[in-house]
Amino acid sequence: MAQRIDVKDLNIYYGDFLAVQDVGMTIDPKSVTAFIGPSGCGKSTFLRTLNRMHEVIPGARVEGTVAMEGVDLYGDDVDPVAVRRQVGMVFQRPNPFPTMSIKENVLAGVKLNNKRISKSDAEDLVESSLRGANLWNEVKDRLDRPGSGLSGGQQQRLCIARAIAVKPQVLLMDEPCSALDPISTLAIEDLIAELKDEYTIVIVTHNMQQAARVSDRTAFFNIAGTGKPGRLIEMDDTATMFSSPSQQATEDYISGRFG
Amino acid sequence: MTTTAPPTTPGPAPGGPSGASRPGAPRRRARNTDRGVNRAFRWTATGAGGLILAVLAAVAIFLVLRAWPALTAGGDVLGEEVSWFPEGASLLSFVGPLVFGTLLAAALSLLLATPVAMGIALFISHYAPRRLASTLGYVVDLLAAIPSVVYGLWGSLVLPPIVVPVWSWLADTLGWFPLFAGPASPTGRVLLTVALVLAVMILPIITAVSREVFLQTPKLHEEAALALGATRWEMIRTAVIPFGRSGVISAAMLGLGRALGETMAVLMILSPGLLYSFKILQAGQQQTIAANIAADFPEANPLGVSTLIATGLALFVITLLVNMGARAIVARRKDFSGAN
Repeated sequence: MAQRIDVKDLNIYYGDFLAVQDVGMTIDPKSVTAFIGPSGCGKSTFLRTLNRMHEVIPGARVEGTVAMEGVDLYGDDVDPVAVRRQVGMVFQRPNPFPTMSIKENVLAGVKLNNKRISKSDAEDLVESSLRGANLWNEVKDRLDRPGSGLSGGQQQRLCIARAIAVKPQVLLMDEPCSALDPISTLAIEDLIAELKDEYTIVIVTHNMQQAARVSDRTAFFNIAGTGKPGRLIEMDDTATMFSSPSQQATEDYISGRFG
Repeated sequence: MTTTAPPTTPGPAPGGPSGASRPGAPRRRARNTDRGVNRAFRWTATGAGGLILAVLAAVAIFLVLRAWPALTAGGDVLGEEVSWFPEGASLLSFVGPLVFGTLLAAALSLLLATPVAMGIALFISHYAPRRLASTLGYVVDLLAAIPSVVYGLWGSLVLPPIVVPVWSWLADTLGWFPLFAGPASPTGRVLLTVALVLAVMILPIITAVSREVFLQTPKLHEEAALALGATRWEMIRTAVIPFGRSGVISAAMLGLGRALGETMAVLMILSPGLLYSFKILQAGQQQTIAANIAADFPEANPLGVSTLIATGLALFVITLLVNMGARAIVARRKDFSGAN
């Protein structure tokens, strides 16, 4: 199950500081949407509003609506915990729980969500999630070893397995490959291509080739200067964005003339 | 293994015509100075480390030497010469109940203090608003600054009237449980009162260390838990507590060390006895090693002192074993500690 996200008039604040201004976009289900833009332009901040992780930071808040299939995630009766169970997230640096084994890491989210799971179901889920993250063959013999003993790329795929084990509808990835070597990066990119059959994927990346390779649609964020809010400049099909963007700023950024 | 790295910053170049005329000289001199400082620091650090071992060894040697007369004398000799030595006992049967009482008091206090300390630490690190958190942390640290005599006075004068009704109620309702066997002493000078006071005394150290450990939980792991849909408590359970586990154990061991050795408060509160007794609501059942030494020391002849030092040796060994046990617990799951 994947769902469509509509963002309307979104302003994102840290305390009194307006970090991202007036974002509106539609994210299609079962597609890969990439956010690109220079550092500090607010793309990660915006990404974190899609699963209400933004408000974890003290003083952080948003104005506007983020609607998933018509339901505003910021509605009064919406529990942020419930939102995060539907919208999974993979972080910039791999962060498997160091105190848990590989298996426990995969099951961590499930144990939170519905507590009880039979042993055979758990084993099936571990296998299917790790297979889904293209990690099964590498770790099937050491499921009880600590997750922190894996290589960086394997840890990141373990985090993806952990995220998809709770069967979210949307998967957010915040520069998932920035701490990885090219081969691990390739493994994650292949995985993203497979995952989009089932999930809506939103990925923040600094690597424009990566955006061009993996995404269906690309959004370009920019910032006018230090202390000014970030804005969504342009969003279009990836092919269009990288060949004939309608905004000069997008073309400058993509062709490497600034940023 | 330790190789001295080449100095990265050149030392202050000495000015003057001699330095200018021989360009190689100043640098060589600077390197020599650096190496000297380096060596001095290494020896200071090694010396400080060695000193700890030397002190520990000296304590052990002192205890064994001074306890030797009592260790070699038979129980009958001790009974004859030492006024307070129980009739017909051997040294072992004298030390046994003391060891038992010490461990029981310390274990009970740890049992009471650790959950509370963890609760306070978690509240300060993850729930309280920032200003309240720092005030609360400060207040808890203040508890550590109160002298144990004051705790003893409080435990012997103020506490008994308050706890006696509670202890009686415990004995009446849970009396079938061996620990709470009645009748509860009307004086309140029982081991549970001691454990309560000890718990308050070890609370600050356990809280302070646990708080620091919990605060060090990587943001990344907390966010990982939250992003999976964890509530705040679930986040603490999956990310914070496992990460802080070994730290909390270390904290508890620090507290246990203090509880094992606490003298004054126990001496002032407890009505002593030399029994292997789990009855923590009755008076005259147990005694701890440290309090026993303080109580018997004033009226001890040389052999008596030796006997007391032998009990001190037992306390020393217990403390070592407890600490080694704690290390073993921490090391057993080292792979999962998050340190790698």
